[in-house]
Amino acid sequence: MPKTLLQIDWLTILIITVLIGFGWVNIYSTTFISLEENIFDLSKIYGKQLMWIILGLVISSVILAMDSKFFKRFANVIYIFALLSLIGLFLFGKTIAGQTAWYSFGAFSIQPAEFVKTAVALALAKYISEMDNDLSRFTSQLKGFAIIGIPLALIMLQPDAGSAVIYLAFMIPLYREGLPHFYISFGFLAAAIFILTLKFGFSIFAPVFVAVFVIIYLFNRKKKPKLWRYALTLIFALGFSYSVNFILNSVLLPHQKDRFDVLIGETNDIKGSAFNLYQSEVAIGSGGWSGKGWLKGSQTQGRFVPEQHTDYIFSTVGEEWGFMGTSIVILLFSMLILRLFHLAERQKSQFSRVYGYSVLSVIFVHFFVNIAMVIGLFPTVGIPLPFFSYGGSGLWGFLILVLIFLKLDAKRKSLD
Amino acid sequence: MRKLLPILLVSFTAFLFLIRLFYLQVLNENYDEVSTNISVRKVYDYPQRGYIYDRNGKLMVGNQPAYDVMAVPLEIKEFDTLELASLLKLTPERLETQLQKAWRYSPRLASLITPQLTKKEYAYLQERMHKYEGFYIQKRSLRDYNVDHSSNILGYIAEVGQGEISQNSYYQSGDLKGKQGVEEQYEKVLRGERGVKHYLRDIHNKNIKPFKEGKFDTLSQKGSDLHLTIDAELQAYGELLLQGKRGGIVAIEPSTGEILSLVTAPSYDPDLLVGRKRSRNFTRLWYDSISKPLYNRALQATYAPGSPFKALTGLVALQEGVVGLKESFNCYGGYSYGRGARMGCHNHPSPVEMVTGIAHSCNAYFAQIYRRTIEKYDTPQKGIDVWQKHMASFGLGDYLGYDLPVGSPGLLPDSDYYNRAYNYPTYKWYASATLSNAIGQGEVLTTPVQLANATAAIANKGWFYRPHIIKSVAGSPIDDEKYTTKQVTTIDKEHFEPIIQGMHDVFNYGTASYLRVPGIEVCGKTGTSENYTVVDGERMQLTDHSIFVAFAPKENPKIALAVFVENGYWGSRYAGRISSLMIEKYLKDKIERKDLEKWILSNTLEDEYAKPYSGEPFKINQ
Repeated sequence: MPKTLLQIDWLTILIITVLIGFGWVNIYSTTFISLEENIFDLSKIYGKQLMWIILGLVISSVILAMDSKFFKRFANVIYIFALLSLIGLFLFGKTIAGQTAWYSFGAFSIQPAEFVKTAVALALAKYISEMDNDLSRFTSQLKGFAIIGIPLALIMLQPDAGSAVIYLAFMIPLYREGLPHFYISFGFLAAAIFILTLKFGFSIFAPVFVAVFVIIYLFNRKKKPKLWRYALTLIFALGFSYSVNFILNSVLLPHQKDRFDVLIGETNDIKGSAFNLYQSEVAIGSGGWSGKGWLKGSQTQGRFVPEQHTDYIFSTVGEEWGFMGTSIVILLFSMLILRLFHLAERQKSQFSRVYGYSVLSVIFVHFFVNIAMVIGLFPTVGIPLPFFSYGGSGLWGFLILVLIFLKLDAKRKSLD
Repeated sequence: MRKLLPILLVSFTAFLFLIRLFYLQVLNENYDEVSTNISVRKVYDYPQRGYIYDRNGKLMVGNQPAYDVMAVPLEIKEFDTLELASLLKLTPERLETQLQKAWRYSPRLASLITPQLTKKEYAYLQERMHKYEGFYIQKRSLRDYNVDHSSNILGYIAEVGQGEISQNSYYQSGDLKGKQGVEEQYEKVLRGERGVKHYLRDIHNKNIKPFKEGKFDTLSQKGSDLHLTIDAELQAYGELLLQGKRGGIVAIEPSTGEILSLVTAPSYDPDLLVGRKRSRNFTRLWYDSISKPLYNRALQATYAPGSPFKALTGLVALQEGVVGLKESFNCYGGYSYGRGARMGCHNHPSPVEMVTGIAHSCNAYFAQIYRRTIEKYDTPQKGIDVWQKHMASFGLGDYLGYDLPVGSPGLLPDSDYYNRAYNYPTYKWYASATLSNAIGQGEVLTTPVQLANATAAIANKGWFYRPHIIKSVAGSPIDDEKYTTKQVTTIDKEHFEPIIQGMHDVFNYGTASYLRVPGIEVCGKTGTSENYTVVDGERMQLTDHSIFVAFAPKENPKIALAVFVENGYWGSRYAGRISSLMIEKYLKDKIERKDLEKWILSNTLEDEYAKPYSGEPFKINQ
């Protein structure tokens, strides 16, 4: 144990500690009533969060004390256990706001999906490190997708489409380990087509896209490109663009469609579907350079932003700490992810590297989706800001996710 | 290459977020205001309006509390329309339209739903208001009148209109503002300063705490009290004397220009325009197009001045040196001035000179000295302009600059006026064409206040202060140069002596000898002026107006006044009697000539006013 403490990456620990601490300060601001209250009061949100943090310390210590070989050896068991916990929800779960995502223990609830991410990361790392390391083979790709897809499908059934988005994160480690470019380019292309069609409509998007595409083809003519590839891509792109409206109106649920409409400014119903985003933008926007001061944000103190202590916690930072505060939080997250990237790349063992990549990717997607949503760049998706948002399951889930990797990293010389 | 993906994603994301946040937080400043609108509530504290006293410190206008029902549309939750409508004593349709109006004014700002509940209504309502979220009661102060007269001087207060709100950002829906009279003229002084408290509120519309420790809060400041120059007793007496008549009385203290009373008739009780009954009563007054109670005859009505103007004609002639004091003229029952034109005169001793001319009001005398005045110059244009300048120095043809919001300049013609009228130079005109001016029956038109002011200037022998209605603001006497600078006429002091003597003799042996006030040396001048009206497109002559100007005492005058009584037959009949009583009332504080008073109080002119509208043929002056 002392040895582990010396070898562990303290920079990562430091960044996480700062994020958790600053997160709590903001949770306090969104939920306190009077300054005379005891901050350990368990009937208050900030009191509970303090308890989650302290218990999180215990869990972290346990993980650091465990044998580093345990994680690879038991990855499959953990994965199966995780799947069972998701299936169990349909039998024993508690339904909150239409989603059956929690196990309830008296006053406290646990959301297994927050821990399943770790299990998937472990299983994926084990699978890739054990096979013949060839993700260019279609069957290998399929098995990899299945590891990700089974829990994803179970979560979609809860239904929690928002949390499901997170599983896209695992495309990043797969790509690192040899998944063909095709998948990533295809994903970005689809996203770009979706956004552009939403914004400009099919009738404008299609001709412009065809024109740009033909120009690119003509430029590359000397390299003798395969015409059929270009043709297929074009057909896919136009077909997808054409079906955007159909997806919006028929595949998405009405409230999901509303969220897109709000994002692109189609709807301006600030008392209805646009209420959250509007209040959030007002809170952030009114913060200015240096913010209104801790506990002094009029929007935060008036509780105008719904779910401000959970998914919309970043709006508190914006209002009370201003641009200074928000940029520091963004830089802290960027540093954390880049540090994890650095650690992942120095692993000798492929298992550790794939796992590390999964960790940084999951944190990145959370960071991106949450903040983009709060500042109006992404439709509303109810996922927390790692280490920052209120919630025991989320906090513990991320602590376990990261600390397993730090333990693997500390023992990187003895693992292969 | 594959390793670059995370770095690219993170850098791109951080860059995108920082730009977006910089835009939201630093570049875009709208959110500050929006945030304040959402989370800060302003609670206003309306101060008491300043009190209004008369010149002797008698309270004329005070305040009483009233309660407005206000609503902030965005905060209204579903409620039982029928129930609230019956509570507010409105029809449900009226409540609906009021709410729609409120939405149009502003969803976030408070709008007036129904104004000025009484204390009793308020007590009943207050217990039930909590059921109606978004509605609240705003306390205001309404006027409480201690007098039942002076409505034309005081004006009234009323809710600001949509137009005024958009013009002046100080006012908000439901605010009260002075209209007419002193209330309008001295609105800024009287209203004081509204106080405001800012509260942070939460999403449930509850006040959490003062916004920024009350940094932006202001205390309300009570409006300043005003002392008017009006003598409330004299004013009340004047209104009493004019009952059943139409016209105006303006009394001025010559030594200061202070308006002692400003009566217009018919008038109305100022209490009619207070509270919820205001709008109904106002409509009634507004649409009375025949007796026009809202029309301030003392300030706005223009009449031919009639014979009192002769005093001015005499002064100008003396100043121009065209007549000797002892130069006498024969009166052959009138004055013929060529080609069959003749100005009639009434029966009086002849010959006359200046003093007796005024005392007997001889038309022929003044026609001749007026003609000499104009013809002293090469051209009638030049002559008229000299005459016009003299007259203008008495404040005629001008708004006079008094501190009340309505008025009329009257008409004081100059050479341009006659050139236009006679189409000069195609047609020429001569002094004789304007001869009626000599006796105040020509083109000249004056308001009662102008004539009273000119009388004060005569009483002072050549100067006056602009008439004004305010004596002091918040205890300190007015120091506006406009009212503290002596206005000097173009007539030398010595010329006033014979004129004043003549006006005195009016009472000694002249046209008003039966109106003497025992023990007081009164100077005055009667006037009877012809007038016309148009009924159903037909011009018809009406019974003559009764006019009187006077000042007293002769030495060291305390009061100068002008009285107009429409269709009052002749000068001394109504206006003369009223002037005499007003002077007695003011200088002696009691009326000894009860018979005279009784005559005035029991004789009205209602029948006379009904004549032109009766459809029956009638003869004037009968």
